[in-house]
Amino acid sequence: MAGRHETVAIGNGQGFWGDSARGPDQLVRGGGIDYLTMDFLAEVTMSVLQKMRARDASRGYATDFITQLERILPACAEHGIKIIANAGGVNPEACARAARDVASKLGLTPAIATVAGDDILDELPNLIDSGEQLSNLDTGEDLKAHLERVRSANVYLGAFPIAEALDRGADIVITGRVTDPSLTVAPLIHEFGWTATDYDKLAAGTIAGHILECGTQSTGGNYDRWRTVPNLAGIGYPIVEVAPDGTFVVTKKPGTGGLVDTGTVTSQLLYELGDPTRYLTPDVVADFTSVRLDEDGTDRVRVSGIRGGEPTGTYKVSVGMHAGWRTAAQLTVGGPDAVDKARLTADILFDRLAEDGVAFDPEDRLVEVLGTNVLYPGMADGPEREPSEVLLRIAVRSAERSGADKLGAELASLLTSGPPGLTGFAGGRPKASEIIGFWPALVGKDRVTATVTMWEGE
Amino acid sequence: MAKVRLGEFASARSGDKGADANIGVWVNTDQEYQLIVEQLTEDVVAQHFRALCRGGVTRYELPNLRALNFILHDTLDGGGSQSLRTDAQGKTLSLGLLQLYVDGPGR
Repeated sequence: MAGRHETVAIGNGQGFWGDSARGPDQLVRGGGIDYLTMDFLAEVTMSVLQKMRARDASRGYATDFITQLERILPACAEHGIKIIANAGGVNPEACARAARDVASKLGLTPAIATVAGDDILDELPNLIDSGEQLSNLDTGEDLKAHLERVRSANVYLGAFPIAEALDRGADIVITGRVTDPSLTVAPLIHEFGWTATDYDKLAAGTIAGHILECGTQSTGGNYDRWRTVPNLAGIGYPIVEVAPDGTFVVTKKPGTGGLVDTGTVTSQLLYELGDPTRYLTPDVVADFTSVRLDEDGTDRVRVSGIRGGEPTGTYKVSVGMHAGWRTAAQLTVGGPDAVDKARLTADILFDRLAEDGVAFDPEDRLVEVLGTNVLYPGMADGPEREPSEVLLRIAVRSAERSGADKLGAELASLLTSGPPGLTGFAGGRPKASEIIGFWPALVGKDRVTATVTMWEGE
Repeated sequence: MAKVRLGEFASARSGDKGADANIGVWVNTDQEYQLIVEQLTEDVVAQHFRALCRGGVTRYELPNLRALNFILHDTLDGGGSQSLRTDAQGKTLSLGLLQLYVDGPGR
């Protein structure tokens, strides 16, 4: 397979679960890319998916992916575009079955592969018994005392198992938890024959993946120079065109909106960045201080110079844990005296809850009067005049679900039993949702086995 | 040099890293980069975010991008799904930093 293309074009059509279906549609329409990647898994998503799977063994994956697949598969088949998505969540097998069903409904038979082995929830007791402490990277605490609160546990796998699936002929690769940039690095390993010690190239692919992974955040979305961005409505999803030596161009499809320049690319490079000289993945340590950006025509930025080093001997693990319950509720408060009335409304609510024996510690309750400089306390000038209306937002945390639910139960009554001008209560009673806390840890690479499965015929 | 809002010549983007937030800020010229390297110290940024940041600030330099990356430790009230705040993921903090008054590049 190596050497099939001079450059490989990879587009990312999904920055997170909930992103628009316009992304994948736009990228595959008319062809022009070799690979479509789709990123569905935020950290909290894994625990939600574990809960879904516990209720129904055929669930636990990103269902949006299947809906989108139905729209894009004909164009992917026509133009030979391969799909790599971490839509498998905690049940890649079920996701592969659903993908196959939707393909056969369209009369198509793509080769589907899954990459799994990241889900170590059931193995936690064994791992701990055999000496892996899975200590919290922030607090140093051992996991053992907290096992009964654990809701999910996933290793962040790298790009090589995905590349293996492509080597074995997969047209669609469905993974569980992998590092986001792995979705981009894998096809480059497959196409160019990069090896595990090609650190500079793997680092370049990783940084290409970092630029792609949040979708339109690299093409003019969420950009503070937003007034300079044309046609945000028709914004183009990002594409990288990568050469065998790891240099690449960031671009988007002709005729789409948005903007690709050194500014939009720099903004995304800095997003969720830690130590820029040590961006860790299972495959490489990438150095963001080696990146060179040059504009290369309209909506084209050339990226070169990237250096990388040997990876560590561990995988990052994300353990999701039950950490209580939370409810957030909102009411709109019309003026005059909107701010005073909003504060009184919150006080009344907490007084009534206290009367019913539901009390919250100060750190477990928050009142935000939006419109009064809540986001930038002490940083921005507040409004010069009393706002003519504000949004009152009240949030609580509780160890007990019933405590958090009580807030929602008392909210609507305020419209007739509080100060005047309260409105905007719609969509029913806010309900408590489970708080999942994250326990970051490391596990030895030799303790985890990634598995690649081809789902043909069956 | 006149005091101007940082946002008059710099750009920024922020996000979450657990309960920490990161803010990347970048400028267009070497002179502007020198200005932010000198003025946007860890202490200045910690002071600007004193109402939110409970764990101090770490700064990293990326001269190749004329950028600085700040980690604001323990700033998001637990972060992600735990935080009670509207902006649990720190997405608006970059625009908060851009409101800081600094010596501007002049004309």
